[in-house]
Amino acid sequence: MEENTIICRCEDLTLADIRATIKKGFHNPQEIKRLTRCGMGPCQGSTCRELLLKEVASATGKNVGDLEMTTFRPPNKPIKVKSIMMGVE
Amino acid sequence: MTSLQKPEIAIVGGGPAGLSAALSAVRQGAEVMLIDRDPALGGQLVKQTHMFFGSRKEYAAIRGIDIPGKLMAALEEEGPEKFKPLLDTTVLGYYDDGVILADKEEEQAMLIKPQKTIIATGAAEKMLPFPGNDLPGVYGAGAVQTLMNVYGIKPGTRVLMIGAGNIGLIVSYQLLQAGVEVAAIIEGAPKIGGYLVHATKARRAGIPIKTSHTIKEAYGKDSVEGALICSLDENWCAIPGSDLDMKVDVICLAVGLTPQTELLWQAGCEQKYIPELGGYVPLRNEKMQTSLPDLYVAGDVACIEEAGSAMVEGKIAGLYAAADLGYAEKVEERYTSYYRELEELRAGPTGAKIRQGLSRLNGGV
Repeated sequence: MEENTIICRCEDLTLADIRATIKKGFHNPQEIKRLTRCGMGPCQGSTCRELLLKEVASATGKNVGDLEMTTFRPPNKPIKVKSIMMGVE
Repeated sequence: MTSLQKPEIAIVGGGPAGLSAALSAVRQGAEVMLIDRDPALGGQLVKQTHMFFGSRKEYAAIRGIDIPGKLMAALEEEGPEKFKPLLDTTVLGYYDDGVILADKEEEQAMLIKPQKTIIATGAAEKMLPFPGNDLPGVYGAGAVQTLMNVYGIKPGTRVLMIGAGNIGLIVSYQLLQAGVEVAAIIEGAPKIGGYLVHATKARRAGIPIKTSHTIKEAYGKDSVEGALICSLDENWCAIPGSDLDMKVDVICLAVGLTPQTELLWQAGCEQKYIPELGGYVPLRNEKMQTSLPDLYVAGDVACIEEAGSAMVEGKIAGLYAAADLGYAEKVEERYTSYYRELEELRAGPTGAKIRQGLSRLNGGV
């Protein structure tokens, strides 16, 4: 059933993928993000971030608020190269 | 080449909080740029076909869809030359020098450096992990409302609603109004989360509300054909043998909202995880000013609440962003009245969770 439960739909990651990564010893959401690309797709984690944090919290017995939050960088959404090509004064 | 724009105040998000902030700041005399990704202002209000509760000052007994027009009319009256809406424009980044990156389809991206920025980006819907949760037919309640109430499209024929908070209850009733059958509303908690008045309306219309129930899986070949639900015991564990097969073609998730804080993280303001307020929320003082002096917040991005309190927070943020720029007329007097209004909105048992969350945010336990 875990194979059939989607956590990150942009990067097509299932609950099984996330649990396997945690089982390997990765207990930091930022590390898991870099390893699996969870949250690095077009929506930049707006759907899966919370699910990932909760999964790590329940596997490690920690509170979500005590986990290291993933890094946020601009742009929040894809932007066309055309839109930034001309630069700004 | 585009040039750096320098408005006095930029507001990101034109929902109830952002619009009220704009009105409040313009009323003080400040010049405001209001940026919204949608083609029309109003945010989630544009699909709220039901009447609002709460404070009469914040448009109680008026349908949500009619509120943006009233705020726009007030802005028009206060000084249209001070108000610049930027529609169809998405803010994609906030840089540590206070510069905002905004993108408008088919145009050159803009860089904006306001003197004060108010973030009113609202919230995103929470997702639920269950097998089959990527099947076509699994929707967030916001999407269902947009389809029905904005575009006049039915999402399907028979719906299983997950979540008996206000959104789940109201959207169920709106589905009925659109002629869509609602098979059941299920809720993991042992109690209905939303207001009794919404719950009784759904019940009177014949929709069963099953508390202590959750979804086990969605099934279907190319899209949702049904869902297995089950009962939960007091420890939120599935009770064996309690499975129920529901034949539905839509599964609608109304399992809560989480603040859209991306820009706040990029800006680097301090945040704290407060489940009662919806997740990570920014620390702020009574002016709705974050730990970064030029950055203010209002509405769901600061705390998941209702449109009424979002509008009052908007007024406060707009008032002080303007006051800090020197537009300080009647600040104390206005703040006192807004503060009282917020207290009234958060009084009573329905505001208990918010009060507790805000006290924890401010260092209480």
